[in-house]
Amino acid sequence: MATISTSGDTNFRIGMLIYDTRYRSYTIQIIALIVFMLAAAWLLNNVIQNLADLGKTFGFSFLGETASYDINQRLIDYSSTSTHARAAVVGILNTLLVAILGCITATVVGVIAGVLRLSNNWLIARLMTIYVEGFRNIPVLIWILITVAVINETLPAPNQFRGADPDASPLLGGMLVLTNRGFYIPAPVMGDMSMAVVIVFLLSIGVMIGFRRWAKKRQEATGEILPMFPISLAILFLPTILVFFLLGMPITLEYPELKGFNFRGGVFMRDSLIGLWLALSLYTGAFTAEIVRSGILAVSKGQSEAAFALGLRPGRTMNLVILPQALRVIVPPLISQYLNLTKNSSLAIAVGYMDATGTLGGITLNQTGREMECLMLLMGFYLVTSLSISVVMNWYNERVKLRER
Amino acid sequence: MNDSHKPFVAAGDIPPSPPPSSVVGPVAWMRENLFSSIPNAIMTLVGAFIIYSLLASVIPWLFLDSVWNATSLGNCREIDEGACLAVIKERYLQFIYGFYPEEERWRSIVAFVLMIVAVWPVLFAGAPRKMLYVSALYPAVAYWLIWGGTIWGPVGVMLGPVIAIIAYRILNPVLRGTSMEEGIAGILAILLAGLVLVLWWLFGVEVFDGILSSVVFIGLPVVESSKIGGFLLSLIIGVSGIAGSFPLGIALALGRRSNLLFIKAMSTGFIEFVRGVPLITLLFVASTLLNYFLPPGTSFDIILRVVIMVTLFAAAYMAEVIRGGLAALPKGQYEAADALGLDYWKSMRLIILPQALKISIPGIVNTFIGLFKDTTLVSVIGLLDPVGILNPIRADQNWNGIVWELYGFIAIFFFIFCFGMSRYSMYLERKLQTGHR
Repeated sequence: MATISTSGDTNFRIGMLIYDTRYRSYTIQIIALIVFMLAAAWLLNNVIQNLADLGKTFGFSFLGETASYDINQRLIDYSSTSTHARAAVVGILNTLLVAILGCITATVVGVIAGVLRLSNNWLIARLMTIYVEGFRNIPVLIWILITVAVINETLPAPNQFRGADPDASPLLGGMLVLTNRGFYIPAPVMGDMSMAVVIVFLLSIGVMIGFRRWAKKRQEATGEILPMFPISLAILFLPTILVFFLLGMPITLEYPELKGFNFRGGVFMRDSLIGLWLALSLYTGAFTAEIVRSGILAVSKGQSEAAFALGLRPGRTMNLVILPQALRVIVPPLISQYLNLTKNSSLAIAVGYMDATGTLGGITLNQTGREMECLMLLMGFYLVTSLSISVVMNWYNERVKLRER
Repeated sequence: MNDSHKPFVAAGDIPPSPPPSSVVGPVAWMRENLFSSIPNAIMTLVGAFIIYSLLASVIPWLFLDSVWNATSLGNCREIDEGACLAVIKERYLQFIYGFYPEEERWRSIVAFVLMIVAVWPVLFAGAPRKMLYVSALYPAVAYWLIWGGTIWGPVGVMLGPVIAIIAYRILNPVLRGTSMEEGIAGILAILLAGLVLVLWWLFGVEVFDGILSSVVFIGLPVVESSKIGGFLLSLIIGVSGIAGSFPLGIALALGRRSNLLFIKAMSTGFIEFVRGVPLITLLFVASTLLNYFLPPGTSFDIILRVVIMVTLFAAAYMAEVIRGGLAALPKGQYEAADALGLDYWKSMRLIILPQALKISIPGIVNTFIGLFKDTTLVSVIGLLDPVGILNPIRADQNWNGIVWELYGFIAIFFFIFCFGMSRYSMYLERKLQTGHR
């Protein structure tokens, strides 16, 4: 039995470090701190000794050296004479590209599948269950390999588009070319004054946001509701379209064309990018579908019945009553799915898409032998990405939190 | 027969006639569930078309036109146009065992059967409690069976806790006999027993193994890690990761909710770091970097390194799931435990954790499923798990160019395991449902 320190006994005894709750927490923490420091010092010592034994130094000067390897899918200029730092940036941009594309499509797929899973159509609901269970229970790496294989094995090779009577032909009037090496889409060509169109478009986004705020304030003040959606749409697109035609269509599209054995022109998205994007979207979409479904189910039926009883129309019930409550449940796990998608995009290395893991943690690491520096940079990049997404999530959570008395 | 003219008298009620077919039966069911409105009918037709086209392409390919007996892909294609399942027939043992020596494969089968015996008492309440001893001994037995070598090494490792307990039993009265304060003596005895355990594991086991092996050699031929692969490797990594990440996750979750600032900071830092990076970078660390952190000249097995990394990775996710369960528990439970006068560990063990873990079962099982699926990533660092074993198979001239059969085979294996786990979690949720909701 723990002894109660008797009154008058103010002398500090060493046993009080353990039995007196005033001191115990400090004792435990100091012991933990010492153990931690010892372990860290031991590890650091080992690292220094190992590096010295191998004759290696620690430093990031290798980033300035010539990379001398090619990256076949890139958003910015890069050649094999560029530096390792540039290669890393190309890789990071590729990661962000596939992550952003994937998040958008995964959300679309997930929302549709989640809503359809709740549909009262028996067949569709079962079909969506099969989709969700199938994708959730099979590793994403296998899905990535399968989708890339689908592109490589089932789509026609570029040379099948040749000749007077080709085996395959471009889709959508030449806009979309699907080959087993990747997809070609039209590339925008920015002519003179094209910046004006872009600026007008950006301005109209700002005006639209301003209008929505104003309309909301007005609704709160007067109770009148404006038709938000058509007006927003008009503000967003009408000025841009007007300027576009007034300036004589400065932005044109460059279509991919068959030249020699391959297509030239347009934007080329490699098979690995498409496969990775598709697989990540479908895989994350299955998880998103479950999140959306549980979010919708989390809003109790009484809420929609109450809204109907108040005389709200179904659309407005959805917008004003159901969605705000469902989103509070949906958004936090959804964002952590986005995080998972970003991290899963590192599996690109298995299909040869040069993302940050493929450049910094792959070829650069193997060429320079700087395992420690490369992996530190790579992990640092992922950490920064994850933590910034977490910050956004926490901000959102704080904003939509129920204000309880 | 004179009663043929007897007047009709109803002996009982006329049985009710069945409801009209528009209300019950398949037609009504279809009308309600498939064709209730025009958009619904369109969706049904689209869905039926999708199902039809999937089945129409898969069934002939997989069942009707498939080839089970062939020597190469070319041979397959000559025989029939369907799936070339001959590759599965020829290589399924490789998918299961990797390059595990053929005459030793019975050992992994024994290990697998013992695994089922060992997990039975953990997973199902109906099993006798004594079986838990089998579960406790299982890691050493499985290690010995799979990797081989002398039996005394694993026996020595398992003896460690026994020796530590004996050391504590001896040291405790001795130290208490001295002029030291009682509490300090107790703590010192625990610390010294821990030291004995570490020293035993570091040095004693080797000596023990050496002496006993020279006296009575009981051993199995050694199988190197590079030979272990296939589903066997997935199961080794998956099961040890699951077994390790669960206690570690609980410890991290408690650490993160602790009042001790330093412990909390360390747990939070670890969890956020691990959750912030992809598993593949941690596997790179395991394969290229971990040796830098060890004393020069030491290196340990790649599978062990991978297991450690996978365990740490899953533990961070587990910790967050369990932390969610701890946070979801009403504050009254904590206060009631305090009011009963229970100390921290007792209140956690008896009151908080049983409830918090029950709440977090779905999340915990999801983490396990994720961990099991993530074992495929080890193929990226060159281990021969089912995905890694594809390369040697496709490098074979006979099977060069084969795709769907192999992916499908692996996918089905993972589906069965992961789907089974999710069903188990539903069973567990139902069983533990105490119905106060």
